[in-house]
Amino acid sequence: MISQALFTRFSLGARVLIISLCVVAILVPAANLLLPPEHFAHVPSHLLPLWGKYLCYAMLALALDLVWGYCGILSLGHGAFFALGGYACGMYLMRQIGPRGVYADPVLPDFMVFLNWQELPWFWQGFDQFWFAMLMVVAVPGLLAFVFGWFAFRSRVTGVYLSIITQALTYALLLAFFRNDMGFGGNNGLTDFKDILGFSLQADTTRASLFAASALLLALVFVVCQFIVSSKLGKLMQAVNHAESRVRFTGYRVEHIKLFAFVVSAMIAGIAGALYVPQVGIINPGEFAPANSIEVVIWTAVGGRGTLLGPIIGALLVNGGKSYFTAAFPEVWLFALGALFVAVTLFLPHGLMGLFKQICTRFNKRSATAAKVTPLMKPEAAE
Amino acid sequence: MSKFLENTPLLYLDGVSVAFDGFKAINNLSLVVEHGEMRAIIGPNGAGKTTMMDIITGKTRPDHGTVLFEGQDLTLHDEAQIANMGIGRKFQKPTVFENHSIYDNLLLALKGSRNVFQALFSTQSTEQKQRIDEILAVIRLENRRDTLAADLSHGQKQWLEIGMLLAQDPKLLLVDEPVAGMTDAETVETAKLLREISKTRSVVVVEHDMSFIRDLDVKVTCLAEGAVLSEGSLNHVSSDPKVIESYLGR
Ligand SMILES: Nc1ncnc2c1ncn2[C@@H]1O[C@H](COP(=O)(O)OP(=O)(O)OP(=O)(O)O)[C@@H](O)[C@H]1O
Ligand SMILES: [Mg+2]
Repeated sequence: MISQALFTRFSLGARVLIISLCVVAILVPAANLLLPPEHFAHVPSHLLPLWGKYLCYAMLALALDLVWGYCGILSLGHGAFFALGGYACGMYLMRQIGPRGVYADPVLPDFMVFLNWQELPWFWQGFDQFWFAMLMVVAVPGLLAFVFGWFAFRSRVTGVYLSIITQALTYALLLAFFRNDMGFGGNNGLTDFKDILGFSLQADTTRASLFAASALLLALVFVVCQFIVSSKLGKLMQAVNHAESRVRFTGYRVEHIKLFAFVVSAMIAGIAGALYVPQVGIINPGEFAPANSIEVVIWTAVGGRGTLLGPIIGALLVNGGKSYFTAAFPEVWLFALGALFVAVTLFLPHGLMGLFKQICTRFNKRSATAAKVTPLMKPEAAE
Repeated sequence: MSKFLENTPLLYLDGVSVAFDGFKAINNLSLVVEHGEMRAIIGPNGAGKTTMMDIITGKTRPDHGTVLFEGQDLTLHDEAQIANMGIGRKFQKPTVFENHSIYDNLLLALKGSRNVFQALFSTQSTEQKQRIDEILAVIRLENRRDTLAADLSHGQKQWLEIGMLLAQDPKLLLVDEPVAGMTDAETVETAKLLREISKTRSVVVVEHDMSFIRDLDVKVTCLAEGAVLSEGSLNHVSSDPKVIESYLGR
């Protein structure tokens, strides 16, 4: 019953996406593990983490869409929540290394030994437990978003000012994580991971599993987001976007609505970051770079914000394009990205999803007029 | 206590002042609206009519003065709290949720829980659907329930906004220039609608349209320069030399 009620909330596009993600989660690992390398459909092992990374970016864009597309909060700091989730996962992976580090300390990660630290700092406690680390993956970004949002939304900071302070937030974290004495590996970040849950990160089966997990979690998060935006709360989020004062004078607490969206979105970004780190094998302060957060905005805008589906498509396309361009013409990529953003803003204000919708309505209109014209033609044909 | 409530006016403003950068938009204003009363407010542009509504609804904090609603101090509450105490407001510029259907506009406004988590899991009850249907009939938009509010005419948006206030079920409606942009026929209908509404709740209407005010046939307050210039029946107010000089005569 519930699943049926859920399913009616989904558009055709949403259903296609969910099904494709599930299919991809099975077929791609199978094509990697089961097919011989010479087979034409074989997926080489190096593509698994690359494609897995795209799925993580898609999840990050989805997270941004929840706040930007629906609530109208343009966060230019979503990369921070992604990176925090990534660090939480990275800390677990560091502790998994155990005595296999260069300095062979049974507990302390290499960089701490290098810094002459004698014991594990308090905030590294518990990260040897997978469940604890995964809890932190959502709790830390969620808490930061809660505290940040609590102050920002209560004092009614909106628009450009809010965007600027989110950008400042990620920049501040960038600077903090660069410092060695913060205890997160400084400049180098966390890397040289060995295994996850006891499985070697170098093994094809592990990589394939991580890819499948990324696809399935993206589908799950998409379903959750779809549930949120189609609920009454989702309608309120969109109402806040267009007429904040009307929502307030209707008796709703606008700051609570925004805070909910912001915290959920930050948690999703954290999950995306946590999936990203074991697949790329490193997390460093560079992930907090303001430019990263701005790129997420571009993916979302390209796909079409406020559609959930669009940002996922945008993230996949732009990042696929990025991989191609940076290999083929490394020097033009940034210009191409900039030009893309300008072009989308000017010509496709609703992104690819908007373009798609436009084409559909035009097509429908044409077939509708065609249907109207046919009966009129008939008498003539009879003559 | 009930005795006290009975004697307390619904809305009580006394000695209210507010200044923007030294300019006194409201200057020692006093106004009393009784339970079940409809009051028309007139006055020249910039008289402070909208600012007065801003003060009542918590958008603007007064510098001085008392603002009481059913004996409760409104200056201690914010917009959402005041709305939930039972004050609904129609803005001068019609403000509806343009990106939602007419039905959803009313659904969001409908009286009920304002809790975020309840909104996430809420489902519509049959009573709610019925109530929305009733309101759709009252504001004559039954046939357009699925239309996006953005596609409505200016006058229809005004009506939708009044419908949203009805859905909120407030004790006091503040209605700022409801007939601006309406045809004469629509204006007459709106006067009828407001008179109907005022049978069950108090209404304060700000309007410049004198024939509309005449249709309402209620006590009139004329504001000028942030204070009450004259108060009484329309005939009394419109024959007041001060009113003629500062408002009607021009
Ligand atoms: N937030 C504000 N900041 C500065 N000045 C303001 C503010 N709000 C109102 N004013 C000024 O206060 C005065 C009263 O404005 P108000 O909008 O209340 O007038 P009004 O009686 O509603 O006029 P109208 O009939 O044109 O709607 C105007 O001079 C306006 O410029
Ligand atoms: Mg006004």
